[in-house]
Amino acid sequence: MMMHFGYSDGSGEYYIVIDTDKCNGCALCLQNCPQGALEIEDMLIDLEDQMVALVKEEHRKKLKYTCASCKPEMGLTPCISACKLQAIKCIWKMH
Amino acid sequence: MQRRTEITSQTIADKEFWRWSEYHRVITGKKWRSTDILTAGVDVGSVGSKAAVMINGEAYAWAITRTGSNSPDSATKVLDWALKDTGLKVGDLKFIVGTGYGRVNVPMANKAITEIACHGKGANYIWGPTVRTVLDVGGQDIKAIRIDQTGKVCSFLMNDKCAAGTGRGMEVFADLLKIPIEQIGEISLKVEEEPPPVSCTCVAFAKTEAMGLLRKGWSKEKVLAAYTRAMAIRMANLINRVGLERELVITGGQSKNKGIVRRIEKVLEIKCLPMPRWQDTGLDPMIAGALGAALFAKSLYEKAQKG
Repeated sequence: MMMHFGYSDGSGEYYIVIDTDKCNGCALCLQNCPQGALEIEDMLIDLEDQMVALVKEEHRKKLKYTCASCKPEMGLTPCISACKLQAIKCIWKMH
Repeated sequence: MQRRTEITSQTIADKEFWRWSEYHRVITGKKWRSTDILTAGVDVGSVGSKAAVMINGEAYAWAITRTGSNSPDSATKVLDWALKDTGLKVGDLKFIVGTGYGRVNVPMANKAITEIACHGKGANYIWGPTVRTVLDVGGQDIKAIRIDQTGKVCSFLMNDKCAAGTGRGMEVFADLLKIPIEQIGEISLKVEEEPPPVSCTCVAFAKTEAMGLLRKGWSKEKVLAAYTRAMAIRMANLINRVGLERELVITGGQSKNKGIVRRIEKVLEIKCLPMPRWQDTGLDPMIAGALGAALFAKSLYEKAQKG
């Protein structure tokens, strides 16, 4: 499942996308996130609890600012580079 | 436990145009036995609370109420109402799943599941396995969900940053233009020519912008059409981001707003699957999340039984 965290507003589109089919909850992404915007939570997937990375609730509505210092528009943020399973990516488009 | 068994019928106050009607229903001709797997899903949304009761994974009864300021109370109230006239008590239910915005505050739930998963499952139950894209327009957020033929979520996206294009936005407009919310869709379609969409869909600024247009001589219908169109464009963008695939269905309160549905169809150049005839015998698309939760409840109960 592709989970899109973030939003689009008048200024552009800002999403961190996590693929639960690939994510194994190893937490490398959150260890490398300078903003502490990620967390590992259990989610019910196919009736089983699975540990996956999520964007913390309090950052979901301000991702544009939270993630700005990592230059997500270049597509290679510390979280993306850290993930060996290519389970995390971002969609960043500023109008 | 303190419980309310009676809900007094709400009289529609003259000046409350936003006030939509609450109701409950038991599907006639269905009987439960104590050996059946009786489950329920309670979906506490930001504006509406929904509860659905199932017998062996088949819809049996449901209720829709407005969410109050206290989520546990709203959950208790809506489930009690759904069980009214069924002869069932909360204790008879084998498994209850809580979902929605207030899912962690459903006191009687055995488990909480995200509303995304529940809406996927529920849309699959209401419309069948051909559904691939679900747009859920809730009270305070919009979700675009892609599902497979079993109702399992493949991808989702939600916008809860702003209330533009949500049920709450429509309530504000109903009040502003003094049009009962149930008629807002029809009235927004009564324009000879589609006006350009308003530039700003922000609910907080809606009043200022709408007043400006009315002062310019625009009719209520035209203002409503312009606002509804802007909302539909926002929703269509969200669907395009998650990827549109046939069939498309709309759930949540705004699925009953013809003005929104027609305009989304126009922008996306695709027809949605028709809404079930929920007034007669069909299932209400507003309870998709609660139905999905009740289905998960059945699966989780069976899994627990197997050990």
